[in-house]
Amino acid sequence: MSYLKILTDQCSLCGKCVEACPFNALSQNLQLEVNENCRLCGICVKACPFQALVIERGAKPTANLKSYQNVLIFAEQRGGKLSGVTLELIGKGRMLASKLGQKLFVVLPGDRTEKLVSELKNYPVDAIFVYDHKELAYFRAEPYTAVLYDLIKELKPGIILIGATQVGRSLAPRLATRLRTGLTADCTILDVKPNGDLIQTRPAFGGNVMAQIITPRHRPQLATVRPKVMTPAAKKPSHPKQVFIREVKPEFLDSGISFLSILPKPQETSITEAEVIVAVGRGLKKAEDLALIEELAKSLNGMVAVTRPLVEAGWASYTRQVGLSGRTVRPKLYIACGISGAIQHVAGMSGSDLIFAINKDPEAPIFEVAHFGLVGDFYEILPALIKELE
Amino acid sequence: MRIVVCIKQVPDTTEVAIDTEKGILKREGVDSRINPYDLYALETALRLKEELGGEVIVISMGPPQAQAIIKEAYAMGADIGLLLSDRKFAGADTLATAYTLAQGIKTLGKIDLIITGMQTTDGDTAQVGPGIAEYLHWPHISYVTSIIKADLKTLTVTTDMSDTIETQILKLPALITVAKDINQPRLLSYKLKLKTENRAINIIGYNDLTKGEEEFFGLDGSPTQVERIFPPQHDIKREIWQGNAVKLAQCTIAKLKELRYL
Ligand SMILES: Cc1cc2nc3c(=O)[nH]c(=O)nc-3n(C[C@H](O)[C@H](O)[C@H](O)COP(=O)(O)OP(=O)(O)OC[C@H]3O[C@@H](n4cnc5c(N)ncnc54)[C@H](O)[C@@H]3O)c2cc1C
Ligand SMILES: Nc1ncnc2c1ncn2[C@@H]1O[C@H](COP(=O)(O)O)[C@@H](O)[C@H]1O
Repeated sequence: MSYLKILTDQCSLCGKCVEACPFNALSQNLQLEVNENCRLCGICVKACPFQALVIERGAKPTANLKSYQNVLIFAEQRGGKLSGVTLELIGKGRMLASKLGQKLFVVLPGDRTEKLVSELKNYPVDAIFVYDHKELAYFRAEPYTAVLYDLIKELKPGIILIGATQVGRSLAPRLATRLRTGLTADCTILDVKPNGDLIQTRPAFGGNVMAQIITPRHRPQLATVRPKVMTPAAKKPSHPKQVFIREVKPEFLDSGISFLSILPKPQETSITEAEVIVAVGRGLKKAEDLALIEELAKSLNGMVAVTRPLVEAGWASYTRQVGLSGRTVRPKLYIACGISGAIQHVAGMSGSDLIFAINKDPEAPIFEVAHFGLVGDFYEILPALIKELE
Repeated sequence: MRIVVCIKQVPDTTEVAIDTEKGILKREGVDSRINPYDLYALETALRLKEELGGEVIVISMGPPQAQAIIKEAYAMGADIGLLLSDRKFAGADTLATAYTLAQGIKTLGKIDLIITGMQTTDGDTAQVGPGIAEYLHWPHISYVTSIIKADLKTLTVTTDMSDTIETQILKLPALITVAKDINQPRLLSYKLKLKTENRAINIIGYNDLTKGEEEFFGLDGSPTQVERIFPPQHDIKREIWQGNAVKLAQCTIAKLKELRYL
């Protein structure tokens, strides 16, 4: 691995490098020392009047793989509410840790976290690491990166899982870059080899392809995990666990970002929370006909979702789009009406517990995904269904 | 304001398929184009330039063919184009890509703002933008949905976090990745296309960036390895029902009752 080499013979302990280092990676006592904050930026090399510092470049960057053990998951909270993906990560993380005979840790940055900690204590995790500070209530890239980096440096986990949410997909790449390690985005399948290699599977090329990815030479291994795909952890309050409150050093909070406002969005419940979804695609002839879909959804206590062409036509809001570039949903019941079943749509709904599809075309690919396929016209079938339900 | 926009050439994903026998991507004959999400980034930069003056620089890492998308960006209004192209850059994952782009950006002198697309349609990772910001030690905000105010020192932006709308002030220099809702990208102008036909594209390689750091670039600098690719599969036991609407509706209700959904 490349590293910063100190030629002690040439060093006069003048301290210029210590001052110049933007990362507090250098310190001197009886002699100059470099710590793990060093990012090989070379600023100290330039600052040194005596050529006492050199960056030694090794072959391939490799970590001492064996020294990285255990699984760490990032508990995502926003304004004091735990996001659903956190429980899914605990479920998956527990499985991976058990398979490796290792421990499962959780890191929770937030503000006034007592309630969240007691919530997390219901689940089978071995330790919870808490960073509690007013300024950590909401996500900002640099403070969250600093906090996680602080813990990871010390804990040296082999695997780190972060939800592939808007927050996670902003945080994880920044963190992985600071750690100079691999990161696989938006995984839908995760497993582990006996040697600790995380087998990360994710859709690529717009869902046309699945890619299986490993990070064989670097530790920790980072993955973001698509929400609503993994099964959430079951409660297990009896599982012994420890809680560690970690110090939030002022420099962790350095950031070029400040909040002007955080306004709640007029909240229609999101389709990702719905237990029943009636979805419609381009089989819909005109926007007004959405009323028919609404009616069925209402009688099933569900919500309406759509395919992308309907959003593009301006017939429905983007928040209703299911699929690769829309939301991933996992309701108990999904009824697809007039949807062909393009791979990009299926990517967002194939995890549903029970899928019904109505399509005029018996060859439509949606029938390969549906548990029950109805060949026919939904303009005729839905009114009949609604009538039966009354 | 000097703004860098990162653009990437991607295959038209609707045409990408897998050769199931060989387990490789069939990319021959597939059209290439500018990553559609990067058009929003370019549009954002052009509007900022129109408001505040300055310069829009597009940068791309890729094979020499990627000059085509830089020409396209010129025809939309970009001023300068930089292509990072070298065999040593090949095989880069997002860590190495972000490193290479950050090194490339460092050759450009003082930059106020970097804008990337929210993700690519081939990699779909959304990782390169934040990675560049980390390498440069700049703040970043991902998935920006609008820019409310901009001057040479700060940018006021909003992001849509599904449960909240957040408005944040970002100190420059900084990086943002932009969501699709931010604007409607302009079309390529035929007049500009003619005018910029002969405008140069700066092509720089490994030796122009740095010396002796091979292990950070391309495959060597990429911790992740693709082990295999395979087509998505659905193995579901399915039943297909045919018949008249009323009968189908009755079957559905019966099934839902049987499975205790009703
Ligand atoms: C990068 C990328 C990302 C994408 N992301 C998404 C995404 O997130 N979500 C998404 O949905 N799409 C997405 N798409 C688009 C996707 O490829 C398809 O174009 C889209 O899903 C098709 O929508 P559809 O099924 O409604 O329309 P069509 O494919 O046109 O299918 C309409 C179906 O309705 C049937 N039909 C018509 N009339 C009736 C009737 N009266 N009764 C019964 N059946 C009827 C027809 O037989 C047909 O099968 C994406 C594409 C790309 C390239
Ligand atoms: N090779 C590249 N050259 C230039 N920009 C890139 C490249 N790869 C990624 N980007 C930028 O980073 C964004 C996110 O890409 P990705 O992380 O691959 O999803 C894209 O929208 C581009 O703006």
